[in-house]
Amino acid sequence: MHKEKFIEKVLFLLALSSITSLALITVFIFMEGLPLVLHTGLRNFILSSHWAPTRGYFGILAMIISSVLVTLGAMILGVPLGLACAIVLAEFSPPRLTFILKPTLELLAGIPSVVYGFLGVIWLVPLIRVYLGGPGLSLLAASLILGIMVLPTIISISIDALVAVPDMYRQGSIALGATQWQTVQRVVLPAAHSGIITAIILGMGRAIGETMAVIMVAGNALKIPTSILDPVRTLTSNIALELGYATGLHREALFATGIVLFIIIMILNLSATLLTRRR
Amino acid sequence: MRLNPNISQFVMKSLLWLMTGFTIFILIFIIINVSVKGLPQVTPAFLLEEPHDMGRAGGIFSTIVATAYITLVAILLATPLGVGTAIYLTEYTREGRVTRMIRFGAECLAGVPSIILGLFGFVLFVLKLGLGWCVLSGGLTLAIMVLPIIIRTSEEAIKAVPQEYRQVCFSLGLSQWQTVTRVVLPSALPGITTGVMLSVGRSLGETAVLLFTAGAGLRLPTSLFDSGRTMAVHFYILAREGISMPNAYGTAAILMISILIINLTAYSLMQRFLRRHT
Repeated sequence: MHKEKFIEKVLFLLALSSITSLALITVFIFMEGLPLVLHTGLRNFILSSHWAPTRGYFGILAMIISSVLVTLGAMILGVPLGLACAIVLAEFSPPRLTFILKPTLELLAGIPSVVYGFLGVIWLVPLIRVYLGGPGLSLLAASLILGIMVLPTIISISIDALVAVPDMYRQGSIALGATQWQTVQRVVLPAAHSGIITAIILGMGRAIGETMAVIMVAGNALKIPTSILDPVRTLTSNIALELGYATGLHREALFATGIVLFIIIMILNLSATLLTRRR
Repeated sequence: MRLNPNISQFVMKSLLWLMTGFTIFILIFIIINVSVKGLPQVTPAFLLEEPHDMGRAGGIFSTIVATAYITLVAILLATPLGVGTAIYLTEYTREGRVTRMIRFGAECLAGVPSIILGLFGFVLFVLKLGLGWCVLSGGLTLAIMVLPIIIRTSEEAIKAVPQEYRQVCFSLGLSQWQTVTRVVLPSALPGITTGVMLSVGRSLGETAVLLFTAGAGLRLPTSLFDSGRTMAVHFYILAREGISMPNAYGTAAILMISILIINLTAYSLMQRFLRRHT
């Protein structure tokens, strides 16, 4: 009896590991970054785009805007493509084909982000440079690569949402004379909408947090982009590019950049969780 | 004017199939491109020789060892934590506030981007605990990264074990813990293995975390406190600094193909396991 109680306590402690890690991450990122935000002032930090850390300017507005634009761009490609795959796999494709296609598409998740970035540099960037102009390394290149990278997230969560719609709905609709597409469009998609929105939100989180691929294809220039062919530097690439050599206030500024990113991600995660719970 | 439903169905179905085909085309393009350019570089010498001249010449032996070493540390740390969490959630409590909180923590942790984990590992393990850029710092940070994967898959696997198994155990007078260790865990083992394999796959491809926790030292790591450059980090440095394209492709090919094989095996293992129990 005594042993059982002890085991239960140990297991409970193990179960706290993920929450503890999350708490530690939050505490350390804020502890390292917050002093700088207080030092420069929130306004000069997030509403200025003057980033010259060695001279004491720590404005990250350009990076916030770039991160948001790159993420939106990724969604323009990733959402239709991902939803199309999910609808085909969950509704149209014969079971035997789905059995092959689903694990095949999941392989996209296994390709390392550095490989995506590398192929972006080799294939996509020259195409953009030659046919659309500009340096090639650009907001557009980053959006396209991220649009592909978010596919596994969007596809797998949307499929789960579509499969969870009861078959009776489909049968009822078909029995009323609707075509299969009408059924998908008017019955299945509306019934699965909260799951699909969750998929999109988590895909956004994935895109805004991606680092290595973006560093390789986005060009990393420090300004607010005026065209999709402009090179951009996102919040994530700013951290990764400079952490290697930053010291003192400069390093704190990178952690402060991390705080902004962390808050954005947590808001996205929280809304996804709330959506799922309501269902 | 309303379009004929049969025509619009035909148009939409074709469009959606076309988009799915395009996605599969991208995947195949990536795999073939990297394999065709990379596999010719992969010779026994490439795998077993140390890199020379920053990776311009020689092989990638030390990066393979570093990758294996760091991944092993991460898995050894994360597996007991993750499986323990899953056992607690499924066998020892009822659904309630506590389980919801734990699951929420795991979900949020899964959403934390790798660069944030890199920052965290850098400040806590490398700087505050004074471990420096090393295999241990990298492994510890990676363990946190893969923890949610192990929790989720183990939980799914343990839940798939039929309730009758447990009832039989209790009726024979076994304690809760005996039931878990002698019956539930052995039956859930294929599912748990899937989680561990997916974690290995995720660790192999990770770059941002390791760049700032394990460093980029090219020497063969011999202890937990040596810096180690993993294959993914090596590939990133070779490609980004234009050191050697053939060696970059070779590294990428080995990396990608091993991850794909691991993920496919994990997937089929889980499918077979779930089919047996449902």
